[in-house]
Order: sequence, then structure tokens, then C-alpha cells
Amino acid sequence: MATVTLTPKKVPSLRLEADNITPDVFAGKSAAEIAGLHVFTGNTQELLGDYFTVAGSAGATAAETSIVIDGDASRVKYIGMKMSAGDILVKGNADMYVGAWMLGGKITVKGSIDAFAGTGMTGGEIIVDGDAGNYLGAAYRGDWRGMQGGLIRVGGNAGSDIGTFMRGGEIIIGGNTDVHVGTHQEGGRIVVKGDCKSKVGGQMVEGEIIVFGDIEVMMPGFQYRNDVDLEVDGSEATFALYEGDVGERHPKRKGDVVFGKLYLKY
Amino acid sequence: MAKLVTDVVCPFCGTLCDDLEVSVTDDGKKILDVYNACAIGAEKFLHSQASDRITRPRMQDEDGNWKDVSYDEAVEYTAKILADAKKPLMYGWSSTNCESQAVGTQIGEVTGAIMDNTATVCHGTTLIAVQDVGIPSCTLGEVVNRADRIVFWGCNPAHAHPRHMSRYSIYPRGFFTGKGQKSRKLVVIDPRCTDTSKLADYHLQIEQGRDYELFDAFRVAFKGEKLPDTVAGIPKKTIYEVAETMKSGRFGIIFFGMGVTQSLSKNHNIDAAISVTRDLNDYSKWSIMPMRGHYNVTGSGEVWGWLHGFPFALDLSRGFARYNPGDTTSNDLLRRDEVDAVFVLGSDPGAHFPFGSVKKIWGLPSVCIDPHITPTSAVCKLHVPVAFVGVETGGCAYRMDNVPIECRKVVEPPEGMLTDEEFLKKVLTRVKELKGA
Repeated sequence: MATVTLTPKKVPSLRLEADNITPDVFAGKSAAEIAGLHVFTGNTQELLGDYFTVAGSAGATAAETSIVIDGDASRVKYIGMKMSAGDILVKGNADMYVGAWMLGGKITVKGSIDAFAGTGMTGGEIIVDGDAGNYLGAAYRGDWRGMQGGLIRVGGNAGSDIGTFMRGGEIIIGGNTDVHVGTHQEGGRIVVKGDCKSKVGGQMVEGEIIVFGDIEVMMPGFQYRNDVDLEVDGSEATFALYEGDVGERHPKRKGDVVFGKLYLKY
Repeated sequence: MAKLVTDVVCPFCGTLCDDLEVSVTDDGKKILDVYNACAIGAEKFLHSQASDRITRPRMQDEDGNWKDVSYDEAVEYTAKILADAKKPLMYGWSSTNCESQAVGTQIGEVTGAIMDNTATVCHGTTLIAVQDVGIPSCTLGEVVNRADRIVFWGCNPAHAHPRHMSRYSIYPRGFFTGKGQKSRKLVVIDPRCTDTSKLADYHLQIEQGRDYELFDAFRVAFKGEKLPDTVAGIPKKTIYEVAETMKSGRFGIIFFGMGVTQSLSKNHNIDAAISVTRDLNDYSKWSIMPMRGHYNVTGSGEVWGWLHGFPFALDLSRGFARYNPGDTTSNDLLRRDEVDAVFVLGSDPGAHFPFGSVKKIWGLPSVCIDPHITPTSAVCKLHVPVAFVGVETGGCAYRMDNVPIECRKVVEPPEGMLTDEEFLKKVLTRVKELKGA
């Protein structure tokens, strides 16, 4: 695995749109070629090399390419957007759209990330040690396909609108979330180790939400069914199972109506 | 002697009343009186006659002293800050005509600007919800003639759209609504007691920020499923009763305002409200309509919709249209230091944006194009007064139900004053020269 190291050398005056920072674009390129890739500040096209010192060189394919951002990228958008393989390590924070629409590979962020990470992603992993912003693993505006596959793991807290229109894959939040978890969810699984505020599973059709802490206000469309023992992410516990959102449309399978499942730990 | 101008369109709120009459002096230079308008609409016409009105552009120095400049100097400054900026924000567009909006969009295309309108702090969330789940809507004419169930959710037309209730929603007698108010049941959902809620058959005094739960509860109630004892502070008995009232009508309409679009849940509230409307169409005929505020905010969404495909928060910086509220919306851009010049036309962010955003405007090259002195003109470096659209110049505007109405010119603007469109055309010409486009 060949590693390309990007060391930040200049803070962007506005925000940097760096959708070229992916193993797919870097693959087969030398350090000089990578430094010559374009980035955008608003309407102005600049070079990646204006903002980062590039060391090392990329592998022949995306899968053989590893990118390390050795510093803070909290003003850099679109890191790892649409990547299909390889891996990216960000040693500081990252801005919006980390791993948006990603297909495969792995992104690790040691700090925190802003909104729209994992938008519409279909595969791969996003691991965040710090906090995540709003719209994690959600759908783009007007799209009915949020996260469809892969894994997002956040060590800290997450913002609002986690997994909106989610259809597959798994999101695990170590801390608490703001409002709206799994709104319009049609599949996949969201695990929250901490507390949720309210509007959890609103308009949910299918899929699972598992909450270890409290939910401040439950949605009126969820009805208690029974208690179940589950092993979730390595820990076993007893959960109360609620099904809903009964106000929303639901498909039938083998004669039974399929509901979204909300597990709340006792 | 005075002459009477009839069928005047009121350029104040999204109701866009088209039955005003204005008496003007024979030379057509002064408005004497305004008939049929609400207090706010009449004031808009009469305010154009103020003796202390600003009639020439003026610039502010660092100490806050104003100096009159010519329109040519104003065009030069505006064109230069837009052409020099890497990411200029062109905000407002709601209190002007569609013709000006179209010219403004051309400037945005040449300079690679972010175009945003007042929907960003108003009904933008509605537009997001429409993109998510669609919208079953109608025109206000259908409401007059057919509606026998009216829901006002998070809005207070008695004060914000004063003639809405008499022209369209509560009082008028229409083709199938011959008994006027007596043929209609009115539901008001608002945490506060308002002059609108006093007229209601049902006033659901909901807990603040729990609209999403109540919308969901209605959907559960329509299906006859069981509810918790109270939802959002409303007993379940009342929810079932109001749900039955809604289902039993022949034609119903939900009007909603900023009480739901800008409180907790935002676009999800509207998403749920549209879902409620869709569910009600299993039992009766129902529509839903946003109570748009500025008289032509709908028009700016229409113009950008047909030019670039998105109704607000339009990012043209990379030469093609992008859109993502939360990223390309004015307050997010200002808060995150993502813009380096601010242009405001036909809106007052100084009064309506969070103070943090207004401070950011103050720190940037900025221009405010507005007939009035506003909090925005006070924080911008350049203030360009222009003629009042709908009073001193005509043009197209869109009503809250997306019906285009041609505004009328009633009087002449003060000598030598430019209209929005004339000023923007000059800026466009200069910007093209500077950009070599």
C-alpha cells in the first residue's frame, strides 16, 4: 500500500472544495501530479499544492492508495467524496461532505466532522473519533435514498437528522444525538449509545433504531410490543421493542405488515 | 382634481390583493389616498410619498458618516465588489419584480455568486419538504369557492396577511360556499392566542416545538390507531375529534406559516403536514399552501426554478447550479465565513438574520439596494435607493399560490431615480466588462 501524505501549509481564506482528495483520483499519480490537481475557493480554481505539501506517491489503483492528511482540515470540504477503495486518514478535523456518496474503502477522522458526511453512501466505512454534524448518512435534498450500505461509527455525539431516508448499512453513535434520528428510514440500522432528544423514527417505514439511553419525547406513532434480549455491538441487554411509525405507509410481507423497530434499553 | 387608478396590485404580502384603488393627482406625480388596502398595504403606497425619502445613493465611511454619490459611482462600486469576490452572496430578491430577478441572476452567473432569497429564513424549509415528498396544492380561487375546512397552522393571517381571511379563506361567499363563514369550520393550531385563533371552531394550543408529533398523531388518528393520552399537550380526545372534522369536509385546506417552518423540526414539520394532506385525500379533497410573506418571494423561486432548477440557496460559484440548504444558505455561509462580499436587494437581513450574521455583513464589502432606510442599509457600505416596484414601476409578481400577477405603475418615481431593473442592468454591463465576459 503506497501512502500519500498531505501536510496543510495554508489556511483557506473561505472554504476549500477539494473533491479531488480521494484514492480514486490520486491513483497512479506522483507527488507533483497530485500537487497539480485542482481545488476551488468559491469561483476561483487553485491547486492542491497551494494548500498542502504533498509527499510520497500513490499506488497503481485506488485500493493500493492510502492518503494521510497530517493536520487540520476543518476548512476542507468533500474529503473522500465518491471514493470506491483505499483509505484516508485525517489526523485533525474535517469539514462537510466527508465520504459523501462513497462506494467503498475507509475514512478515519481523528477529530470531528461537520454536516452531510456519508450522504447517500453505498459502501465502505467512515470512522470518526470526535463528533459528527447534522445529516450523517442522510439523503441529498429530494432524494429518497439516504445511506444504503457500509458503516459509519462516531465516537462522540452527532447532530440532527441522522440517517434520514436511510435504506441500508449501519450507523453507530457513541454519544448523544440531537433531534430526528432515522426520519423516513426504510432499512438499515442506527445504534445510539447515549440519549436522543425527540422525533426518533418519525415517518419510519422499516429498519431498526436501537437506543441505549433515553428518548426525551417519543413519537406518538410508536406502539410498545414486547421485551427482547439483544446483543448489540458487543454488549448484551434487555430492550423494550416499539413498532411504528403507524401513521406512515407500511409494506406487507407474507401477510404481515412490516413496521420499523425501535429498541429502547431498560 | 384627482384621478382614480383602479385594479392596482398591492406589493406587500404574498396575498397580492389585486383590487386596490389609488387616487393620484392629475399630473400623476403624487398619491392622495389608497382604497381597499389593509393598513400595511396602504402604508406601503403612502410611504413612497414621504418627504424625507432618500433619492440618491450614499456611501458610508469607516466612522459611519454618509456621503451622497452618483448612480454611476454606485454601479461601479457594486460591480467591482461582485467581480473581485471569490464567493459573493447575492441575497434578498423577494420585494422586487421577476424582471429584476432575472437580470440579477445573470449577474450571479457572470460573477459565480451564491443566490439566496428570503425563503432561507422563511419558507425555504417548505421547499425542501416539497422536494422530499411533493405537494398537493390548489389556487386561492379554489379555496374561496370550495373550501369548507380551513386549518391555519403556525400562522396569524389576521396580522400578517390582513385581507387573506376576507378575500380567500374565512368570510367570502363562493360558488359552493354560499353561506360564507357559516359554511366553514376553522381549526387554528398555534401555541399562542391570536386574533386568528379567536375566530376558530377549534384552537389547539400546542406545546412549542411539538408540531411534528401532532402532525404524526393526526396521521395515526386518521387510521383509527391508538394514541398516547396527550400529544404535544393536546388530549387524544380532541385530536380524534379534530381528525374527524377534517375527514368530514368536502374540500379542506391547510395554510401554514413560519410557526411551523422555522420552529424545531423545520422541513420535517412541512414534510409531515404534506403527508397529513395526502392521507386526508383518502377521505375527502384536501390541499396545502404556504402563507408566503414577501409579495414576490414565490416569484424569485419561480425565476430560479426555470433558470437553474432550484428555488433558493443557489450556488453558481463553480459555473453550474448547486443547491444544498445547510451549506449554500445565507446564514450558514455568513456564520462559517464562506463569503467575501454581500449584495442585498429587496429584503432586510439586518432586521431578520441572527445578530452574528449581521455583524459578518458589517465586516464585508457590502451593498444594499432598497427604497427604505433599513437596519441592512445601516450596516452596508453602500445604500442604493430605487423606485418602489408596484407603485412607481410595474412588473410581474407571483402570489402565494404560484399565480403570476402583473403589478401596475401608479405614480412617477422622484426625478432621476432608477428602478431595480435599470440599476441591475447597468451593474450587469459593468460586471461583464470587468470579467471580460
